[in-house]
Amino acid sequence: MCLAIPGKILEVTSTPESIGLVDVAGVRRRVNLGLIEEEKAVPGDWVLIHVGFALSKISAQAAEEQMRMLRVLGEDAAAMQEVEGYGVTEEGQPPGQRETG
Amino acid sequence: MQFVDEYRDAKVITRTAEEIRRLADPHRHYRLMEVCGGHTHAIYRFGLKDVLPPNIELVHGPGCPVCVLPMGRIDDGLTMAENPEVIFTAFGDMMRVPGTKGSPLEYKARGTDVRIVYSPADALKLAQKNPDRHVMFFAIGFETTAPSTALTLKAAKAMGVRNFSVFSNHVTIIPAIRAILDSPDMRIDAFIGPGHVSTVIGCRPYEWIARNEGKPIVVSGFEPLDLLQSILMLLRQLGQGEAKVENQYQRVVPWEGNRAALRAMAEVFELRPYFEWRGMGFISQSALRLRESYAEWDAERRFSIPGVRVTDPKAAQCGEVLKGVLKPVQCKLFGKECTPERPVGALMVSSEGSCAAYYNYEHRKSGVGVGAA
Repeated sequence: MCLAIPGKILEVTSTPESIGLVDVAGVRRRVNLGLIEEEKAVPGDWVLIHVGFALSKISAQAAEEQMRMLRVLGEDAAAMQEVEGYGVTEEGQPPGQRETG
Repeated sequence: MQFVDEYRDAKVITRTAEEIRRLADPHRHYRLMEVCGGHTHAIYRFGLKDVLPPNIELVHGPGCPVCVLPMGRIDDGLTMAENPEVIFTAFGDMMRVPGTKGSPLEYKARGTDVRIVYSPADALKLAQKNPDRHVMFFAIGFETTAPSTALTLKAAKAMGVRNFSVFSNHVTIIPAIRAILDSPDMRIDAFIGPGHVSTVIGCRPYEWIARNEGKPIVVSGFEPLDLLQSILMLLRQLGQGEAKVENQYQRVVPWEGNRAALRAMAEVFELRPYFEWRGMGFISQSALRLRESYAEWDAERRFSIPGVRVTDPKAAQCGEVLKGVLKPVQCKLFGKECTPERPVGALMVSSEGSCAAYYNYEHRKSGVGVGAA
C-alpha cells in the first residue's frame, strides 16, 4: 500500500481545497493537491499519487519509470483499481466510471 | 533473475550484480534489512536473491502497515463497526486481515456495514452524503499515508462535518528501526531505507542510525536496479568502514522531505506515549493519535472501545518473522494452515507481507511441499 501512482495534472481548482484533475493511464480522477501546495503544481506537471493525495511533483521521466515499475511489480492493475475507486463512495456504483472533467 | 527482459537496463543490472559479488568479502556474512514492505515484495518478485552472493542475506523489516497492526486493534475497530449507526470504512488492504471474530470482509458478509475506500477523502465524502449515519475511517499506514488522513481531518473540521471520525492506527518508522537495533536477538549490518515514507520525512531522520549506531542506510527506489545499486552502496560503505545516510532514490525523495505534509501531520496528530506492534511488543512514541483539538473526530474518544490485548494464534510465529528472526518458511503454519487464500496472520494477507511475498514467488515456484526453501 506504500506504492505511489504517477499522474499528469490536467487542471487545478481551489474550492477551497486545492484539487487537481489528473490523468493516470487514461483514467481521469480528482486528487487533493494540499500536500504539494509549496510546489505550486500547474497543468502539465506530473505528480506521485498515494491514497487520493498528490505526495510530490516528479519529472515526466520519473513518472514514466514509476509506471513501468508498477507494471514490472505486477501492481499496475491494483494501482488502476485504486485510481478508478477515487471518488466512489456509494455501494454498488460500478468501478471504472470515468470522469470526463 | 526474473523479469529482466522487461527492464531496459538488463546490462547495467548484470554489471551491478557483478560489482556486488566483487565487493562482497567472502569471509563475511552480511545481514541487510529492507525496512519497507514494498521492497520486500519487489525483492521476491524480481528474484533478487538469485543474483546476490549467498553471504548477503536480506532480512525483511517491519514496514508493512497491516502486518504490524496487533489483532486487538482490528477487534477494537470492528467493535465500533457493530454499532448500527456506524459505517466502517478502510482501505482494501485491511479487508481480509483476521480479527478474533473474523476479518472486516467476514463482518460485512454477516451484515455489518463495512465499505472499502481508496482515499480517506472519500470516507469524508461518504459522511457528507449520509448525515444520519456516522462514518468511521480505520486509518493505517506509516508517514506515507498519515499526511492524507491529517488533511482529511482538517477538511472535516473546516467544513464542520461531525458525523465522521478516524480510528488512528498510524505508526512511525523511526522508533521501529530503533526497536530492531535495540533487540538483543537482531544483528543487522546495514539498512535499505524506505522509498515513499522518505518522500515525506526526508533523509535527516535516519542520521542517528549512521552517527550513533554506526550502521549505513541507503534510501532506495523499488526497481531491481535501484535495489541492487542500494545494496552496492551499502557494501561500499561497509567495506570502507563508513556509516552514512545516502539517497539512491533522489528522483523522487528530496533530502528535506515534504514540509507541507509534515506540517499537516504535526497540526492534527501527536505521538502516543506507547503503541503495541505485532510481534515487537510495545514501542514508545511509535504511533500517532489525534490531538485534543481534534477530539471530536477521534473515534477512540467518541466510542468506547474494549482496548483488549489479543495474542496471536499460538502456533503462528508472525512476531519472529516480522523481526527477521525466522524466515517465513520456518513458521510451523506456513503453507499449511496459513496461506494467502486462508491467512492466519497478517503477514500472509498483504502483498507487502513477507509471508505472502515468499509464498507467491518462492514457495509456488518451488512446486514442492512445505520446507522447500
